[in-house]
Amino acid sequence: MTTAPVPAPGHPPDAFLEVRDLRIHFPTDDGLVRSVDGLSFRLEKGRTLGIVGESGSGKSVTSLGIMGLHTVGQYGRRRARISGEIWLDGKELMSADPDEVRRLRGREMAMIFQDPLSAMHPYFTVGAQIVEAYRVHHDVDKKTARKRAVELLDRVGIPQPDQRADDYPHQFSGGMRQRAMIAMALVNNPELLIADEPTTALDVTVQAQILDLIRDLQQEFGSAVIIITHDLGVVAELADDILVMYGGRCVERGPAEQVFHRPQHPYTWGLLGSMPRIDREQTERLIPVKGSPPSLIDMPPGCAFSPRCPYADVPAGGITRTERPELALVPGTDGHHSACHMTHEERARIWTEEIAPKL
Amino acid sequence: MTIPGQPSASPEPAAPLLKVDGLVKHFPITKGLLRRRTGAVQAVDGLTFDVRPGETLGVVGESGCGKSTMGRLITRLLEPTAGRIEFEGRDITHLGVAAMRPMRRDVQMIFQDPYSSLNPRHTVGTIVGAPFRLQGITPEGGVKKEVQRLLGLVGLNPEHYNRYPHEFSGGQRQRIGIARALALKPKLVVADEPVSALDVSIQAQVVNLLDDLQEELGLTYVIIAHDLSVIRHVSDRIAVMYLGKIVELADRTPLYTAPLHPYTRALLSAVPVPDPARRTRRTREPAGGGGRILLRGDVPSPISPPSGCRFHTRCWKATEICAREEPPLLTLRPGHAAACHHPEDGGDSGARGAVT
Ligand SMILES: Nc1ncnc2c1ncn2[C@@H]1O[C@H](COP(=O)(O)OP(=O)(O)OP(=O)(O)O)[C@@H](O)[C@H]1O
Ligand SMILES: Nc1ncnc2c1ncn2[C@@H]1O[C@H](COP(=O)(O)OP(=O)(O)O)[C@@H](O)[C@H]1O
Ligand code: SF4
Ligand code: SF4
Ligand SMILES: [Mg+2]
Ligand SMILES: [Mg+2]
Repeated sequence: MTTAPVPAPGHPPDAFLEVRDLRIHFPTDDGLVRSVDGLSFRLEKGRTLGIVGESGSGKSVTSLGIMGLHTVGQYGRRRARISGEIWLDGKELMSADPDEVRRLRGREMAMIFQDPLSAMHPYFTVGAQIVEAYRVHHDVDKKTARKRAVELLDRVGIPQPDQRADDYPHQFSGGMRQRAMIAMALVNNPELLIADEPTTALDVTVQAQILDLIRDLQQEFGSAVIIITHDLGVVAELADDILVMYGGRCVERGPAEQVFHRPQHPYTWGLLGSMPRIDREQTERLIPVKGSPPSLIDMPPGCAFSPRCPYADVPAGGITRTERPELALVPGTDGHHSACHMTHEERARIWTEEIAPKL
Repeated sequence: MTIPGQPSASPEPAAPLLKVDGLVKHFPITKGLLRRRTGAVQAVDGLTFDVRPGETLGVVGESGCGKSTMGRLITRLLEPTAGRIEFEGRDITHLGVAAMRPMRRDVQMIFQDPYSSLNPRHTVGTIVGAPFRLQGITPEGGVKKEVQRLLGLVGLNPEHYNRYPHEFSGGQRQRIGIARALALKPKLVVADEPVSALDVSIQAQVVNLLDDLQEELGLTYVIIAHDLSVIRHVSDRIAVMYLGKIVELADRTPLYTAPLHPYTRALLSAVPVPDPARRTRRTREPAGGGGRILLRGDVPSPISPPSGCRFHTRCWKATEICAREEPPLLTLRPGHAAACHHPEDGGDSGARGAVT
């Protein structure tokens, strides 16, 4: 995730994945839901991008958008209004033929969902589904495909994979189903893997197994990985770069170490202060963010975070409530961006003097 | 939720508020038209612990280990299969509905899901005022005034008396549930995953609220959660459960800094730490050196739990005795009990077992 010199619209980028000004809006009876509203980022092969944000901030809609699945998501087949550019390996997906995108899906890019049951068919065995996913993209006989499926199940740590391949999804535990879905997503060695809350439904011991697995597999295949979660601990485990979403937009992004150790946005501070931390001395009190997340139909004017931001009055002239801050490079950093009207100096001072000591 | 550093275990502990001894709950599994009994889910299988007045006891463990069942047993929303529950010295194990009614004032429960635990057709006023109607009590100044006071207490606008639950966010709904639980000035509040359905920023608001209320009203809490970071923040003492049993029970600091049970150690090591600088260190360290312990497989079924120590199918320290004999929950250090034949401090209780 590097800085601005984004090539002119319509020109292929040099990055493996580049998303430019992605907007996904849903017309509803209550008004237009701006689920994703101008999101840009890039990702290289062999790197992991963590997207964090609270529920409803647009994480899943973003990932479904990249996969070209925005009409089949968890919210039904509502007509989405979608604009922007998604470049994968030199091809622009938004303007591409839907059949072409379908061919890429499962082969070049694959996705792991939060709920494995929704991604697996209840009436087919786990093995049959992996075989099918493989044969869609490879012209091989059933026996070869089955061998490949068993190999993958073994690789993701399913015991006795040869026998368990003949089980139905409901015969697997939650953690095993999650592993089986990872096996299915990886069967074609995808170059881009998107994992949307892959461990949210799992216990912490099983979560540790799955995170370890994703890390190993990425090292082995050198894919680009996007991991989406609301858990800062999970992104810290996996991500090289972090993108923080709030109200459908990116408010901060940059290398993981910088976003965690020198965060440059009040919302990121809020997330860090809200979280009790097992790796630190016990703090007496958490520092919550006041209020609740914004409605995506009726976004606050100016900075979307302003109704909850304790520093909204720091930038002069109330600009924070009238003008939306654009994402800008933090001076002196390599690719650390923040969207806030405060100056870099003001933010650095508040972080070191007021926030960091209380965490 | 005492101030960090201040020891929670006073030298002369007061008489426990709640005393639980050998508590068991088995849910029968029946089959066919005749509902023949074919087995049982051993959801809770022999819990013994105290809750001291004014403390917060945290209960932690993986999904299905029996935490909620324990909570519903001690609030007597479920009938125990065996064992004994005493509240303020009085046996309440098998009290009927009528006999329990006065007790209901003293023991209240807060539920996990702020969406389904509030009746969508009732106003906030009706919901928070319900305990008064059920108990046939008129608070001083009338129900409405008292409900508005309670709404203010939990940080909601008293003007919202006539609104409906769907008009509130998740965090606000959880506050409504808390106001309802506090209506009758309970002594003990059992909170089952009070913050796990909430967003992080809202979670912190509710954790701080519970903290303030405890201080203000002198409440005793049993807080059930699966999140080890949240449990550390809120608890004075912690019980770790595995498959229907307490495997370790200790004050907060020793539990987190020097756990005695291998399962507790594995759980703690699995918590993802929000610090990318620690990641490389953690994964490079060998297990045993404070690095991550990756457990094999999943939690076994509570319908046919493993013999002996229930953790032996996943434990890297298991020996032959572990599969044979169930380790009792023993106090191995002052205020620190664990149920293991080979506890982490090296004091091997398995050696003793092997002799007999
Ligand atoms: N009414 C019931 N009938 C049969 N089995 C039950 C019933 N209630 C709970 N169980 C079973 O008892 C075990 C313990 O359940 P419990 O709800 O107490 O777990 P828990 O520790 O609260 O888990 P979680 O973290 O998922 O909430 C589980 O195996 C569950 O399926
Ligand atoms: N098909 C749809 N129609 C209307 N609103 C939608 C649709 N899909 C998503 N949304 C809304 O978009 C917002 C972002 O959703 P999502 O990306 O799922 O959030 P999260 O960050 O929790 O993954 C939410 O407010 C959601 O209700
Ligand atoms: S722009 Fe203003 S309101 Fe938004 S985060 Fe910065 S200081 Fe806060
Ligand atoms: S008793 Fe044995 S199997 Fe159980 S936790 Fe201790 S060492 Fe492991
Ligand atoms: Mg989502
Ligand atoms: Mg539960």
